Amino acid sequence: MTWLLAFWMELPLIVQLGVKIVAIIGPLMVAVAYYTLAERKVIGYMHVRIGPNRVGPRGLLQPIADAVKLMFKEMIVPTNADRYLFVIAPILALAPALGAWAVVPFTDTLVLADVNASLLYVLALTSMGVYGVVVAGWASNSKYAFLGAMRSAAQIVAYEIAMGFALVGVLMAAGSLNLREIVLAQSGGMHQWFFIPLFPLFLVYLISGVAETNRSPFDVAEGESEIVAGFHVEYSGMGFAVFFLAEYANMLLISALTVLMFLGGWHAPAQIPPFVWIPGLFWFFGKLAVIAFLFLWFRATFPRYRYDQIMRLGWKVFIPVTLVWITVIGVAKFFTPFGHWFG
Amino acid sequence: MRVRSRVRVRQTLGTAKTVTFLQLIFYIFATVLVGASLMVITVRNPVRAALFLVLAFFSAACLWLTLEAEFLAITLVLVYVGAVMVLFLFVIMMLDVNIAQMRAGFARYLPLGLIVAVVMAGELTLVMLSGEFGLQQAPRPAGHAADYSNTRALGEVIYTDYVFAFELAALILLVAIIAAISLTLRRRPQTRNQSPKDQVRVRKQDRLRVVRMPTSPQDKP
Repeated sequence: MTWLLAFWMELPLIVQLGVKIVAIIGPLMVAVAYYTLAERKVIGYMHVRIGPNRVGPRGLLQPIADAVKLMFKEMIVPTNADRYLFVIAPILALAPALGAWAVVPFTDTLVLADVNASLLYVLALTSMGVYGVVVAGWASNSKYAFLGAMRSAAQIVAYEIAMGFALVGVLMAAGSLNLREIVLAQSGGMHQWFFIPLFPLFLVYLISGVAETNRSPFDVAEGESEIVAGFHVEYSGMGFAVFFLAEYANMLLISALTVLMFLGGWHAPAQIPPFVWIPGLFWFFGKLAVIAFLFLWFRATFPRYRYDQIMRLGWKVFIPVTLVWITVIGVAKFFTPFGHWFG
Repeated sequence: MRVRSRVRVRQTLGTAKTVTFLQLIFYIFATVLVGASLMVITVRNPVRAALFLVLAFFSAACLWLTLEAEFLAITLVLVYVGAVMVLFLFVIMMLDVNIAQMRAGFARYLPLGLIVAVVMAGELTLVMLSGEFGLQQAPRPAGHAADYSNTRALGEVIYTDYVFAFELAALILLVAIIAAISLTLRRRPQTRNQSPKDQVRVRKQDRLRVVRMPTSPQDKP
C-alpha cells in the first residue's frame, strides 16, 4: 500500500489529474447509462408495465445494448445542414455537463478542484449547456429543430436567473462561494441543512433545475408530441447518443448540486451512532439518488406545461419569490435572534 | 491546482528564458482569442460570427484566470457567454440575412470604415507609445498565497472604497430595467391578451358540460 502511494506521488501532476478525471467521468458515464435504465423501469412500474426485461437478467444489460446499437448506427448529416456546427453541437452540450463535476466535493477531502468560486463556476458552466441545444437547432436546418432551439434558449435564460438568485441565497447563508465550505456550513445534523431556512429557494432551485435540463414537465424544447423531437430531430447514431448522455449527466449534476447546497452533502442526518457509522460518501450518493428519482417521478406524473405558462412561472413567480427570500435571509441574519439558523 | 500555478508565477518573475507552463497557456489562449476575434469580423455567416465571439469571450476569461482573477473570469463567462450571447444568438437566428445584399454595400462603406480603422489604430498606437504603459510604470503584481481569495478582495473593495460608484451603477441598471419593462407594458386595444388570473380561477363546471347522448338505437337515455 505504501509503495503504491509513493508511486502515485512520483507521477507528474498532469498524469495524477488525468487519473482523477477518469475516476470521476468513468463511473459518471456508467451511472448515466444505468440512470436511463432506471428511468425506463421506474416509469414502467408507475405505468403498471414491466419495462425493459429482455437483455440480460431483469434487463440489466439493456443500457449496454443501447450504447452498442447507437455506436454502430450511421450518423446522418442533413444535406443543407451546417456541417461543422452540426457535429460540434452535441459536444457543446456534453462538455459543460461533465466539466462541472470538477468542483463537486464528494466528501470533505474527495474533490478534484477545490476552487474558491466553485459555486459561480458551476453556474457558469451549466449556463453554457444551452449552446449545444441552440447550435444543434440552428445547424440542422429544420423547422422543428429550430423551434425547439428557440424554445430552449428562452426557457433556459428565464430559469437561469431564478436559479442564480437561489444560489445567492445559499451563498448568503453559507458565507462562501466554495461548495466544500457550503457543505461544511451545514454540518451538525439535519436541522442545520439549508433546505429548512431556505425552503422556498430549495423548491425554486429544484424546479428550475428540471426546467434547465429540459425535462418533463418543462420539455417543450423536445416536445415529441408537438415538434417531433425538437432540437435533436435530425440527429442519429452517436450524435443523438451524446445529446442523451448530456441530458442525463445534467440531471445527475443538478441532483448533486441540490444535495450539496440544500441537503447537507456528505453529512449524516443526525450525529448519533447508527447514522455516523455509515461513511459520508454513501450519504452523498444516497441523497443524490433520491433527488434523481424525483426527476423520473415528475416525468411520470405531470403533463407538459404550456409554453406561456412556463415563461410566466419563471419570470413572474420564481424570480419574485427568490428576491423576497433573499431579503428575508438578510434581515433574519442581522436583525433577528434567528440569525445563526440562517447561516 | 492553484498552489502549483502560483509557483510558476514566481518562476516567470525570475526572468526565466525558457517558456514556462503558464506562458504556454497564455500564448495558446491569446492565439485563440486573436484568431476568434478576427473570425468574428471576417466570417460571412452571422451565426458563426456570434459563436466565434463566444469563443473570444471564453478565451479572454481563461486569460483572466491566469491573472488569478477567478471571480471576474467566471463572471465574464456567466454574464456574457451564458446570458448576453444566448440572447444575441436568439435574435440573429431569427434574422433572414441576405449575404449578397450585405456584400453589395461593402464597397460603398469601405472608405468610411478604413478612415475609422486608421483613426482608431492611430489613437491606440499613441496611447501605447506614450510611455505610460509597460513594466516600468505598472510592475507585475506578485503572486498571492494559495488561500488568497480574489472574490473576497473584490467584494471588500467594492463595498468600501468604491461603494458610491457601485451603487450608482446599480441605480443606472435599475432605471434601465424599469424602462425596458415599461416598454413591454404597452397595450394595444385590438390585441387580445390572456388573463392568467382568470385562467387559474376557472373551474370544471365553467367550461365543461356533460351531455348524455344515445350511441345506438337500443341505448335509450
